[in-house]
Amino acid sequence: MSTMNTMTREQRNMRSPYMIAMTILMVLVALLFIFPFYWIITGSFKSSAEINLIPPHWFPMDSTFAHYERLFWEPAWQWLFNSAFMSFVAMVLVCIVASMAGYVLAKKQFPGRLAIFSLLVAAMALPRQAILIPLVRIMNTLGISDTPWAVILPSVGWPFGIFMMKQFSEGIPGEMMEAARIDGAGEVYTFLRIVMPMLKPAFGALAIFTFIIVWNDYMMQLVMLTSRRNLSIALGIATLQAEFGINYGLIMAGATLGSVPIVLIFIMFQKYFTQGIALGAVKG
Amino acid sequence: MSTLADNKKLFARSRAIQRQQTKVSYLFLLPALLFFFGFVVFPMIMGIYTSFFNYTMKEFSFIGIRNYIELFNDSTFGQSVTNTLIIAVASVPLVMLFSLWVATVIYQMPVFSRSFFRGVFYLPVVMGSVPVVVVWKWVFHRYHGILNWTLSSLGIISENINWLGEAQYAIWCVLAILFTTSIGQPIVLYVASLGNVDQSQVEASEVDGCSKWQTFLHVKWPSLLPTTLYVAVITTINSFQCFALIQLLTSGGPDGSTSTVMYYLYDTAFRIYRYGYANAMGVILAIIIAAFSAFQFRVMRTDD
Repeated sequence: MSTMNTMTREQRNMRSPYMIAMTILMVLVALLFIFPFYWIITGSFKSSAEINLIPPHWFPMDSTFAHYERLFWEPAWQWLFNSAFMSFVAMVLVCIVASMAGYVLAKKQFPGRLAIFSLLVAAMALPRQAILIPLVRIMNTLGISDTPWAVILPSVGWPFGIFMMKQFSEGIPGEMMEAARIDGAGEVYTFLRIVMPMLKPAFGALAIFTFIIVWNDYMMQLVMLTSRRNLSIALGIATLQAEFGINYGLIMAGATLGSVPIVLIFIMFQKYFTQGIALGAVKG
Repeated sequence: MSTLADNKKLFARSRAIQRQQTKVSYLFLLPALLFFFGFVVFPMIMGIYTSFFNYTMKEFSFIGIRNYIELFNDSTFGQSVTNTLIIAVASVPLVMLFSLWVATVIYQMPVFSRSFFRGVFYLPVVMGSVPVVVVWKWVFHRYHGILNWTLSSLGIISENINWLGEAQYAIWCVLAILFTTSIGQPIVLYVASLGNVDQSQVEASEVDGCSKWQTFLHVKWPSLLPTTLYVAVITTINSFQCFALIQLLTSGGPDGSTSTVMYYLYDTAFRIYRYGYANAMGVILAIIIAAFSAFQFRVMRTDD
C-alpha cells in the first residue's frame, strides 16, 4: 500500500496495461529503426561469404577486418576529414553569422527589419535544389568548386540559423542590455559579454544541428565535389557502391566509418539538439 | 522657450540615437546578408533568369518561355510531378499520425526512456541517406534480400520479387525509406508541444470523467494544432525535396517510375547538361511548394 502511495503519477501510468502494451509495441518499432545502424556495423565485420547468406547471420560468426583493410586503400581517412572539416567550419560560421543577425532582428528597431525578416522566412520554404545549378556556376566563378568551401558557403547562407537565433534572442530580457548601455558598454561589448553568454543553449542547438545537416548534405556534396581525394565520406561510400556494387563488406565498412562518428556526436549532444528543434519551432 | 529648445535638442538626440542604432543593426546583419544574398537570393534570380534561355555547355540564347512549354509536353516531367505528388500526399498524413502516436506514448514515459526513443527515431536522419540506403538496398535485393526471404519463408510469395526493378513496387520502397528518415523531427516537435499543454485542463477533464480519447481530442489536440501545421509544412517540403534516396536507390528507374521533379532536375542538369531547362523545373518546383504550403496554412489556420 505505502509503495503504491509513494509512486509518482508517471510510474503508475507506466504500469497500466495500456502503457505496457504500447511500450512493447514501441520497442518493436524502435528495433526497425536501429536495424540499419546495427546491420552496417555487424556487416562490416562479416566475411564476404557470410554477408550474402540467406537466411542471414544476425551476428557475425566469421569476423574479419579485411573490409577495413581494403577500405583504407581508398582515401577514406581523407574523406572522413573532409566531412569533419566542412561540418565544423560551417558550424562555426553559422553560429557567428546567425547569432549576430538573429540578435538585432529580435532586439533592435530599425527601418527594414520586417522586410528583411520576411524575406529570410520566405526563402526557407524555397527548395534549395532550385538554386543548385546557379550555385555550381558561382563556385566555378569564385574558383572554389571541388573544394570544401563550395559546400560550406551555401550552407552559411541558408537562413534557418538566423531564424532560430532570433527566436532564442527574443527571450533575452531587454533590461540587461539597457543596464549595459547605461554602464557605458558599447554595442560590441554588450553583444559579446551580455548577449552571447545568454545564448549558450541556442549555440549548442544550432551548432549540433548545423554539423549534422552539413555532414549529411549529400546532394550539395554530390554536385560540388568531384576529384576522389576531395569527396566527403558519404560521397565516398556512394562512389564505392557505384564501383563495387556487390562488395557489400567494403561498402558496409565505409558506411560504418561514415555513420558511427556522427551518431556518437549526436548522442553526446542530443539534449541541445532536441531543445533547438523544439524551441525553433514551437515559438515560431 | 527653453523647454522648446530642450525638446528640439532631445528630439535631435533621439534621432541621432536611432540613426546610430540603425547603423549598428545593419553592421550586425552585414555578414548574414552577404551570405544570404550571395548564395541564396542571387542564385535564385540567376535561376529564374536563365530558365528563359537555351542554356547548355555550348549555348546561351534567349528563347522566352519555350523551356516551360517544353516542360508541359515532357512526359517524363509529367511522370516526375505525379510521383512527387504521390510521395508528398502519401507521406504527410502517415508521418503526422505515426509521429503523433509515438510522441503521445513516449511523452508518458520516464525521462530516460523518452529521450532514448526520441534518439532512436532520429537515428536514420543522423546516419545520413547513404548508409541508410546501403542497408535498404540489401533488404530489397531480389536474391540476397531479407524481404524476399522473409516473405517466402512465411509462404506469402512463391517467387522472388524484384522490388527495385519493377515500377509498381519501386516507388513504395522509396516511400518506406523516406518514412523512416522523416519522422525524427516531428516526434521531437510533438513531444515538446505536449509539454506545453495546460496540465490543469487535462486533469480537469479527467476528473470530469472524460476518456483518454476525449481528453486528447478536446484538450490536447487543439493546442497541438500549430505544431501539426508546422509538421505538415516541413514534411511536405522534405518529401518534395526527396533526392538522395532516389539517386542512390533507383536512379529514378525503372523507366522513370521513381523519378521525382528533384531527381529529373538533377539528371537534366548534370547528366545531359541542359541547365536552362533544369532551372525552369526548379522554378516550377518552387511554385508547387509555395502553393502547397499556402494551402496547408489556409486549411489548418481556420480558427485563428
